[in-house]
Amino acid sequence: MIEVAVRHARGAFALDAAFTAEGRVTALFGRSGSGKSTLVDVIAGLLRPDHGRVVVDGVTLLDTECGVRVPVHRRRIGYVFQEARLLPHLSVRQNLLFGRWFSRERSGGPSLEAVADLLGMAPLLDRRPAGLSGGERQRVAIGRALLARPRLLLMDEPLSALDEARKAEILPYVARLRDEARVPIVYVSHAVAEVARLADTVVVLDHGRVAACGPAAEVLRRGALFPGHETGALLHLRIAAHDEAFGLTHLDGPPGRLTVPRLGLPIGAGVRVRVRARDVLVAREAPRSLSARNVLFGTVTAVTPGDGPHARVEIACGDASLVAEVTRLAVHELALAPGLPVLAIVKSVAFDEETIGVVEI
Amino acid sequence: MATLASLLPGLAVAYLLARREFRGRALLDGLVHLPLILPPVVTGYLLLLAFGRRGWFGAALAEIGIVFSFRWTGAALACAVMGFPLMVRAMRLSLEAVDRKLEQAAGTLGAPPAAVFLVVTLPLSLPGILAGAVLAFAKAMGEFGATITFVSNIPGETQTLPSAIYTLTQVPGGEAGALRLTLVSVALSMAALLASEWLARRARRRLGA
Repeated sequence: MIEVAVRHARGAFALDAAFTAEGRVTALFGRSGSGKSTLVDVIAGLLRPDHGRVVVDGVTLLDTECGVRVPVHRRRIGYVFQEARLLPHLSVRQNLLFGRWFSRERSGGPSLEAVADLLGMAPLLDRRPAGLSGGERQRVAIGRALLARPRLLLMDEPLSALDEARKAEILPYVARLRDEARVPIVYVSHAVAEVARLADTVVVLDHGRVAACGPAAEVLRRGALFPGHETGALLHLRIAAHDEAFGLTHLDGPPGRLTVPRLGLPIGAGVRVRVRARDVLVAREAPRSLSARNVLFGTVTAVTPGDGPHARVEIACGDASLVAEVTRLAVHELALAPGLPVLAIVKSVAFDEETIGVVEI
Repeated sequence: MATLASLLPGLAVAYLLARREFRGRALLDGLVHLPLILPPVVTGYLLLLAFGRRGWFGAALAEIGIVFSFRWTGAALACAVMGFPLMVRAMRLSLEAVDRKLEQAAGTLGAPPAAVFLVVTLPLSLPGILAGAVLAFAKAMGEFGATITFVSNIPGETQTLPSAIYTLTQVPGGEAGALRLTLVSVALSMAALLASEWLARRARRRLGA
């Protein structure tokens, strides 16, 4: 349980944000300059705001009203920075154990071996930071923060300095962290894909204010909050079967059955799938001879025309709900309106590494 | 001796100048650098006024048994004062070069500020601190004007290398001795420079730069 309220003004920029989040991963989402980093710096204690209150799991770390201000080194808040910020004069092992030198209780918390194993760092321990790749450095930075036994882990765009391949290398580790390390995480990002794969709670910041805050599945489907055409539904599904002959995987869940490219996961594993609104087609009757493999039955619950030629159509499919982005012309010609039974169609190839992530359910 | 004694105050002043904003910062900066600009003889004379047996502080210090005038301690004091600005300059530059972000990171890992200074800032600025110490040492070796004004030129007590050479060149038949001392001086300076270069390179390699 994290409770944050901050008012802070510097020059032309004013941050006035408050949110409460529960859950394992809280994503702070917003474009650059929206105040995300300022907010995490306040939580960590690196920045003293004009007014503010930070409470983590019932412990008040900052309350300007009552004059409470716990110094950085006593907050026990792990911070993974954009750049790894490893100490260059220490080995990887010494970097990892850095926090241990200063912690008061000797016992408890994960062991070096456990963390090295979790983050796949065992072969790196005796190297120096200068000899590591960007992805390796970031993993060491995560491990170092974990080993300091934080009550909360802040990750400020930990992947933004990495290229796509390195991102794909780290993201599963962050997911494992969420599922295995049991440390609540505040994850700052401006990438919808990362947020959709990781977050339970999403806080959207815009110009220093909270534009939305709530469960990931709810916030991610709200179109106006996200740039481009990245909005979509977030579904929790289980792997039902693999089709080896055609290289496909069938997923079962609230909306029905989805077919996606073959996933390297065992049957029964939970996955989190983002169905982008732009990937969803809407039909009024079952098309014949269709290449798209996913045809879900549902009912239109809402139609929202956008500014341009687009409109958003919300469709309830079983217990889940999808969002489709279609043209206003299509809404007009198909006479799409709440209550209308329709088919939501998604190509299997619309699903890729960006939209499917593993979760422990 | 002079170098060792001025190491800690040098570091403290360098830290203050590099990291803190305070009233009188410019004044401290100026005072520290004064011996670099003033003629050495003036510095020596000021030391004599301050720390001489009847000087402003000298009299009080003599009460508790610390005497600078015409002793080797005085020579050391003069050398320290003359070397101080060079030392502070080098240390300050290297302290300023340490990435504050690393110190922040260490703080979030639970390191209190003093520990951050000892295990992060100090090791990272070590090349510059060593360079500063070597510069001060070299300056102390070559110190002439301030020393001779402050504590005179007493063989075995307050004689520095250059003052010994100067003395030898003033007496007939002293050329051989002067040349020997000159060689010693060149060798010592060279060794100091090489040592500092080697230490700095080793420290840089450890940082992987």
